[in-house]
Amino acid sequence: MKKRWICLFVENEIGVLARISGLFSGKLYNLDSLTVGVTEDSTVSRMTISLTSDDRTFEQIKKQLGRSVEVIKVVDYTDTPIHMKEILFVKVNHCTDADITELFRISKVYGAAVIDYDGVTVLLECTQTENRNDDLIALLKRKFANRIEIVRGGSVAVSYE
Amino acid sequence: MKQITGAELFVKALKEEAVDTLFAYPGGQAIDLFDALYGEKEIDVILPRHEQGLIHAADGYARSTGKAGVCLVTSGPGATNLVTGIATANYDSVPLVCFTGQVPTHLIGNDTFQEVDFVGITKSICKYAVMVRKREELAETIKKAFYIAKTGKPGVVVVDLPKDIQRAYGSDFYPKEIMVRGYKPKLSVHMGQLNKALEVLNHAVKPVFLIGGGVNIARANKEMTQLAELTGVPVITTIMGKGAIPTTNRLYVGNIGIHGSYAANSAISNCDVLFSIGTRFNDRITGKTEEFAGKAKIIHIDVDAASISRNIDVDIPIVADAKKAICALLEKAKPLEIFEWINEINHWKKEYPITMGEVGMTPQMIIQSINEMFKDAIVTTDVGQNQLWATQFLTIDENKQMLTSGGLGTMGYGFPAAIGAKLGNPHKDVVVISGDGGMQMNIQEMATAVVYELPIIICILNNGYLGNVRQWQEMFYERRYSSTCMRYRRSCEIGCNQPDHCCPEYTPDFLALAESYGAKGIRVTKAEEIKDALNRAKQNTKTPTVIEFIIDREVNVMPIVPPGNSLNDMIK
Repeated sequence: MKKRWICLFVENEIGVLARISGLFSGKLYNLDSLTVGVTEDSTVSRMTISLTSDDRTFEQIKKQLGRSVEVIKVVDYTDTPIHMKEILFVKVNHCTDADITELFRISKVYGAAVIDYDGVTVLLECTQTENRNDDLIALLKRKFANRIEIVRGGSVAVSYE
Repeated sequence: MKQITGAELFVKALKEEAVDTLFAYPGGQAIDLFDALYGEKEIDVILPRHEQGLIHAADGYARSTGKAGVCLVTSGPGATNLVTGIATANYDSVPLVCFTGQVPTHLIGNDTFQEVDFVGITKSICKYAVMVRKREELAETIKKAFYIAKTGKPGVVVVDLPKDIQRAYGSDFYPKEIMVRGYKPKLSVHMGQLNKALEVLNHAVKPVFLIGGGVNIARANKEMTQLAELTGVPVITTIMGKGAIPTTNRLYVGNIGIHGSYAANSAISNCDVLFSIGTRFNDRITGKTEEFAGKAKIIHIDVDAASISRNIDVDIPIVADAKKAICALLEKAKPLEIFEWINEINHWKKEYPITMGEVGMTPQMIIQSINEMFKDAIVTTDVGQNQLWATQFLTIDENKQMLTSGGLGTMGYGFPAAIGAKLGNPHKDVVVISGDGGMQMNIQEMATAVVYELPIIICILNNGYLGNVRQWQEMFYERRYSSTCMRYRRSCEIGCNQPDHCCPEYTPDFLALAESYGAKGIRVTKAEEIKDALNRAKQNTKTPTVIEFIIDREVNVMPIVPPGNSLNDMIK
């Protein structure tokens, strides 16, 4: 099992997201995250898909995506140098003064930003790699158990070249 | 430019696509389309009695003619009744274009009367599904639908047509060609890979061809026969590939798979080169995959890249259309000297033939009589034992074709498919081999066959059981005949596990039923009556004929590879 990345160019049409996500669920393919947005060409959307699978299944996934009429191009980013970032919001509730100091310290170390603060609630924004965000979440869960709220945006990726 | 309604453009598009037969059932959201078809002389509009029968008929028409089958139904239940037929056709790569009426666009999402999200329902079981949202996209969408359905690995395309689009005026332009940027069917053959495959084949000592439905779909039967003859390599087929070369050809070994022939399965297990074309190595043909063709280098040609190395690891993959690949092979292939191997296979064929013995009225005797009496024919099968016996005993050559639901295994397919086949091939005999269970799943189409004056011959092999499941219950579930007896009545003893002479009468009476529809009915209970019955059916050129063969209740399909076993472990 290995972590994989796919960049998918699809027709910017209603129902295409459902078709692609349905392909994953219908064939029991594991899907870690999927993001989608329109490209410089307004008729084309671009998806970044991350998943974990063995080699054989991954080959099948690429072929199955490729044979979908709505898919224009499938690019495997797994072993390609890529820039990859994910946006993450973490809201921490019921903060004491000590908590707040700690959160400011953590945000500095992780390159996160405190974007909102009302005296008892702190909102952190972190745009990092999925792994780095995983680490931050693990730390916050440990320190602020049962009073954090997490929203992850899923990764977007673009190749170096 | 001339302004016409969407419905008028729909009819124009069908004519441009050379659609001569339309399988159609009206309804509220399709009424404008039917209005545009009223009085139309160029298109034969067929009204079946149920939408499932309708789509299987379109499927039978498409498989037997090579043209796209075209369906038109209304929204909601009209559309959902197509679902089984869509999956059936798509699984076997049959080109169909299904037009479904839809509620007007401004009402979509409001739980409107007879509204369903049909594109959402079908997208995982068809090649492409689309709703037309704007009148100006209608022509292009229909063109695209036919193009996608017919090219590459053929399949089903669903086009959902909201009522306001059908009524809206717009251009009468219909394009001659279309380009779909995400859809590029493979048109060429990679010669490097093909040469590599030939190199391996030429050095083989025990080679076989394994041919799937792809060769029949590509209509490459003649070329495949030439390739077999030229190389001298024996040919094994899947159920869908049966007929790729005439079953009477000396190089034909038989079917592979869990009900394949011992010789074919042994040849697969012992070959050193397995040259496969147009098969997806479905679980019913491979048995236990770890032991499948364990001694062989495997070459696989398929038009669908996703079918290669999915179930079985392949040494030489080639993505190509079967006909193009076979033609390219014909230019370079040479005869192989493999006399010992041929002798070995012939020995297996002789020692372990598939036979049901000579006593009583066996399915083998019935099918062999069909072989003798119908030389220029299309034979459709239903699903279950009747289908498996047909695949074992039916002879197929260039004048005969077998239509069967191989991938999805849809009971109720055989009879309506025959209606489509007969409409597409009025001068050929069309024979249905069905069971008593499957026949009842679309029996209402008897009316269709009668009103369109289609003299189809329907052979019902009646054992009073859902025989294939019953066989599994007998062999692998300690004879616990759970819900498989078709003669069961409330008054029967609970937990009955064997038939006897006091079982209740079968219902319905197929003869009376046939007669009530205006068809002819014949019941055959003795072997010596088989040919006479088939002959009487053949003489009846006005109406369908139902021949009910009362066969032994617990007759099994043999040989069989028990579930989870390798092809080597056949129960003979």
